Amino acid sequence: MTKKKRPVIEREEVVVKFVGDSGDGMQLSGTMFSDVAALVGNDLATFPDFPAEIRAPQNTIAGVSGFQVHMGSSKIFTTGDMVDVLVAMNPASLRANLKWAKKGATILTDTDAFDDKAIEKAGYKKDPLKDGSLESYNVIKAPITTLTKESLKDLNIDNKTAERSKNMFALGILYYIFNRDLKPSFHYFEQKFKKKPELIQINKVVLQSGYNYAETIEALESVIQVGPAKMEKGRYRNITGNTGTAWGLLAASEKSGRPLFLGSYPITPATEILMELAKHKSLGAKVFQAEDEIAGICSAIGASYAGSMACTTTSGPGLSLKSEAIGLAVMTELPLVIVDVQRGGPSTGLPTKSEQSDLYQALFGRNGECPVIVVAASTSENCFYYAYMAAKLSMEHMTPCILLTDGYLGFGSTLFRIPKMADMPPINPPMAQANDPEYKPYKRNPENLVRQWAIPGTEGLRHRIGGLEKENIMGTVSTDPMNHQIMTDLRAGKVDKVADYIPEQEIDGDPTGDLLVVSWGGTYGAVHSAVQQMRKEGKRVSHAHFHYIMPLPKNTGDMLKGFKKIVVCELNSGQFVNYLRMKFPMPNITQFNKVQGLPFMINELTDKFNQLLEEK
Amino acid sequence: MDYVNMTVERSKVQLTKTDFESDQMVKWCPGCGAHAILAAVERVFPKIGYRKENFCIVSGIGCSSRFPYYVNTYGIHGIHGRAAAISTGVKIANPRLSVWMATGDGDSLAIGGNHFIHIIRRNVDINILLFNNQIYGLTKGQYSPTTPMGKVTKTSPQGTIEHPFTVGELVMGAQGTFFARVPDNNINMMTEAMFEAAKHDGTSIVEIMQNCIIFADKAHNEVTGKEVKDETMLVVKNGEPMVFGKNHEKGLVLRDTRLEVVEIGKNGITTDDILVHDQYSQDPGIHLMLAKIAPPNYPMVFGVIRSAMFPTYDDMVEEQIKYAKETSKIRNVDDLLNSGDTWEI
Repeated sequence: MTKKKRPVIEREEVVVKFVGDSGDGMQLSGTMFSDVAALVGNDLATFPDFPAEIRAPQNTIAGVSGFQVHMGSSKIFTTGDMVDVLVAMNPASLRANLKWAKKGATILTDTDAFDDKAIEKAGYKKDPLKDGSLESYNVIKAPITTLTKESLKDLNIDNKTAERSKNMFALGILYYIFNRDLKPSFHYFEQKFKKKPELIQINKVVLQSGYNYAETIEALESVIQVGPAKMEKGRYRNITGNTGTAWGLLAASEKSGRPLFLGSYPITPATEILMELAKHKSLGAKVFQAEDEIAGICSAIGASYAGSMACTTTSGPGLSLKSEAIGLAVMTELPLVIVDVQRGGPSTGLPTKSEQSDLYQALFGRNGECPVIVVAASTSENCFYYAYMAAKLSMEHMTPCILLTDGYLGFGSTLFRIPKMADMPPINPPMAQANDPEYKPYKRNPENLVRQWAIPGTEGLRHRIGGLEKENIMGTVSTDPMNHQIMTDLRAGKVDKVADYIPEQEIDGDPTGDLLVVSWGGTYGAVHSAVQQMRKEGKRVSHAHFHYIMPLPKNTGDMLKGFKKIVVCELNSGQFVNYLRMKFPMPNITQFNKVQGLPFMINELTDKFNQLLEEK
Repeated sequence: MDYVNMTVERSKVQLTKTDFESDQMVKWCPGCGAHAILAAVERVFPKIGYRKENFCIVSGIGCSSRFPYYVNTYGIHGIHGRAAAISTGVKIANPRLSVWMATGDGDSLAIGGNHFIHIIRRNVDINILLFNNQIYGLTKGQYSPTTPMGKVTKTSPQGTIEHPFTVGELVMGAQGTFFARVPDNNINMMTEAMFEAAKHDGTSIVEIMQNCIIFADKAHNEVTGKEVKDETMLVVKNGEPMVFGKNHEKGLVLRDTRLEVVEIGKNGITTDDILVHDQYSQDPGIHLMLAKIAPPNYPMVFGVIRSAMFPTYDDMVEEQIKYAKETSKIRNVDDLLNSGDTWEI
């Protein structure tokens, strides 16, 4: 397709961001661009960045929607801090995103969108394309709307439809810049628009025209080449964290033989899990969209009692509403997976932004002494694995498990090496056998303190459970003071004993050194990258990233002792750090926090680590 | 649309009351109406004939909600107001269970009002025994959503200033398919209504006018009391005219758009003019009127007021799963993981 040989610039990694009005089709352009990157073997991570409103007023900052793609020929850990190529379809999107563009970044704009009104609406005093404020960038000014309409004039398309495909023109320009093959996208159109064949041709023509235009104007003198990444052999796919979570739950259900029940209520950014599971009735998944968050979890508790692998999915405010019911599941000692896709809080907070501020709520947010297992995923890809493990631990230990992910993991996508179900760890729930003369509701396995799961309908196991305190072993209602002490200790002991069944905490780097960087959950990519950078510079820094929060891995305390300083990095005001301090009161534990609804940037982390290393 | 009519497995032997008696001490106050309800349940369960392991009783919080502990079946004593949601989960997870819910006017109409209307709207096949004693008993005497306006209680020393719910009206408003009203002093009527509820596919509400002997004693006496009940209670039977009075001399007719009480033999009224009860009518119009009327101008209607056939939520869940299993290419999680756009590296 390339007529002239262009010089090639090899890049190990590139960050591209598509921004425009919501409704400009930026999510689709971004997804298609990343799919093509995946096909040529790049590793990648993507993140959609959209407003809470479905369609905010046109051409306003509030209405800007974006999609970021980080692709590389080496392992990609984050969705990227600063952007190499910014596609800005209108003045508002340019204004909102210019701060993320590297100096010298390539910026592609649709000059047709930069009329006086739109410029003013975006809050610019002068046209940024003309006032010289973009001189330090490589700006490609293309009349994209006009050219799109022009390219379709032989097809007799109405203006509106023509304008709507301008995102494909911009994508065509990017394909030229990155020397991508157009054929996979053509194929994609053929699949996507099977029922509307006219759209296949429109999109093909516009994509090709964008490519041709870029070639004609020689949009960039050179090709940006990102080669294939060295990846473990296997079959791959792209996956978002929320899809991964949904699939992990389905996998655990299949492995355990317990049918999946999901009782949930829509809430950003967790809704995709509910929608995804609703698609998979062929796997027996029973998905109940409840009338509220409380009914979501309570239906799940009912289903759990009836023998299902029961789940409920939510985000922070929803977790608050579920608190009392989590207590019921703790008291009745029933398995239950509660997925909290965290977002900015408190209250409604920042629904589409990410935070790690629900940790206290997950650990402590209930009445009474009410411990649960808490697990956190750290990448979009491993949401699958940790959802699976949350379900496994919950069923095998007959207690609720809260899985913490967050909006970034949930919405973001990474490449996912497809596992085989045969290789997934076994799940063996402690099912009570029919007519077992020894069966008692609260009789326990002495090794892990777990009671048996006796399912209604089974002969010879009729029993009653409930939220009132129960007599140990027999399970009848009891207000005996000593019994309450025993049961309280047993419920706590049972969760503590989970530590015998989870892996020890790993350290990335040396087991001793000047600084141990501790993190948990969705900050893995940024913190890992920052620590690697420091280690390359020869600094004695190691990284411990936690997935198992309650209980902590058994070696946690010993591990912390190997370092002069410890810094716990999290996107809250210091919840994990205080939890660690409570468990391991050590004076050298410091913290680094950010609560802006934004992920950590690698350089802000390295700055902090360097500062800690320099301080005496 | 075809429905999978799930049937609950029947017991191979004839069960009796003792099969359902639990070994727990029943801790309701002596003289509480709940004792009679328990007796009715222990009587009706063997009559229904399901395996004893296939009964599951779910409750919320309140005096009524201690019920699961007193019946030897599977059971969950839940949290306040949420019994409807818990029951829904039990039934969807295992439609082969006969799920019964014990709840009260506070549990289901105040804190659990949302779940109550939605379980009815969905028509999940659950039998709900609503103990309506018009008071909060377990917390010792505060007014509830069914306490008559003006009633003096511990939280309304000058009388309540709230309009009470009429349970039947709420049920019809939520598109209920089954509604029966029974007094706690008539075990036969209770047992019959519970049996009808068990037969009905869908959410069945049996409102039991229950006496709280401590905090709202004789609250229902103006209607269900021995001295007055002939004049104040109209017990409907399907296919029979709606008559009441000591000698069945009174009846209901529909005049214009309203029910009217008439005397048979006066003004040319004969038994043929009296409305005949059709509990199976899909149209809830008359059922709603029957549920709503009350003394002094009307009798209060008891018995099975509505029992209309509509598809149940749990049947439709099974139907959709069956269809998906027959038609989907994704038969296991390996299929799912490898579906769509994947590639080899």
